[in-house]
Amino acid sequence: MFKAKVYVTYKPSVLDPKAEVIKTALSRMDYHNVDDVLYGKYFELKLSGTEAAVRKQVDTICDQLLANVNMETYRFDLEPITEDEA
Amino acid sequence: MKAAVISFPGSNCDLDLQWAVQQIAGADCELIKQEQTDLSSYDVVMVPGGFSYGDYLRSGAIARFSPVMTALKDFADAGGYVLGICNGFQILTEAGLLPGALQWNRDLNFICEPVTLTVDRADTAFSNQYRVGEQLTLPIAHGEGNYYADPETLAELEANDQVVFRYTDNPNGSVHDIAGVTNAAGNVLGMMPHPERAVEALLGGTDGLGLFQSLIQQTKGADIRGTR
Repeated sequence: MFKAKVYVTYKPSVLDPKAEVIKTALSRMDYHNVDDVLYGKYFELKLSGTEAAVRKQVDTICDQLLANVNMETYRFDLEPITEDEA
Repeated sequence: MKAAVISFPGSNCDLDLQWAVQQIAGADCELIKQEQTDLSSYDVVMVPGGFSYGDYLRSGAIARFSPVMTALKDFADAGGYVLGICNGFQILTEAGLLPGALQWNRDLNFICEPVTLTVDRADTAFSNQYRVGEQLTLPIAHGEGNYYADPETLAELEANDQVVFRYTDNPNGSVHDIAGVTNAAGNVLGMMPHPERAVEALLGGTDGLGLFQSLIQQTKGADIRGTR
């Protein structure tokens, strides 16, 4: 079994209004050293299969569903888990 | 003209759209469900506004997997006319039937107000009853209507003249003020403003009626009714 941790964020060329609002809020908290905020989505999937097959499958799942690649990018980490952790 | 409006779970502009097409513009218009797999008997298929599947994940992201969407892709590939309004526009971009994507409005507000559009193209199936440069007032009602396309896609759709409607005073941050855009072939249009909410004086305006009259003219299956 593997656990895939998937991170989806806007492409750098897309202005993300929610991240801008968070940055404004941080400056109201007097955290003036926060230069940039990235806001996104986080998913965890548990899958069985060989590592190569699972990696390919998660990539397809991200591309086809979890991210809209017209405006978002994604990355993911795969970690092996035992049946107990699953 | 024989039209269909797809009702997804969570669609809420489907009956308004059917009313506008049938009772006001005077064409046949059926409500169909997301399970339908054959659209070959229609000239025009419309994807209405609303919150299909609760907008889970992203607006339109889940509706894309409905059985009717495979049929809709075949229908569009065969040259059938497809109109997506608001959530319908979001669904069509998610399904890859239109370029780009819709993201959160620039100011994060859900905006519900009449806006002014300028007609950029009056030679499409959806806009042949308008004039280039004509200004239309149509309502918008969306939180995620901020149209985005990457610079290459944007250059391509401008070069192909795919932009049909632009906001005169951009309410949501859409690139190039885009309010309505077609696919490269010109038989699929997506737009955030609601033409079906502007088809009777009682509703505050009739500027949306021309869109349905354009489709009737294009498909030549019914007499044009209603007055703008």
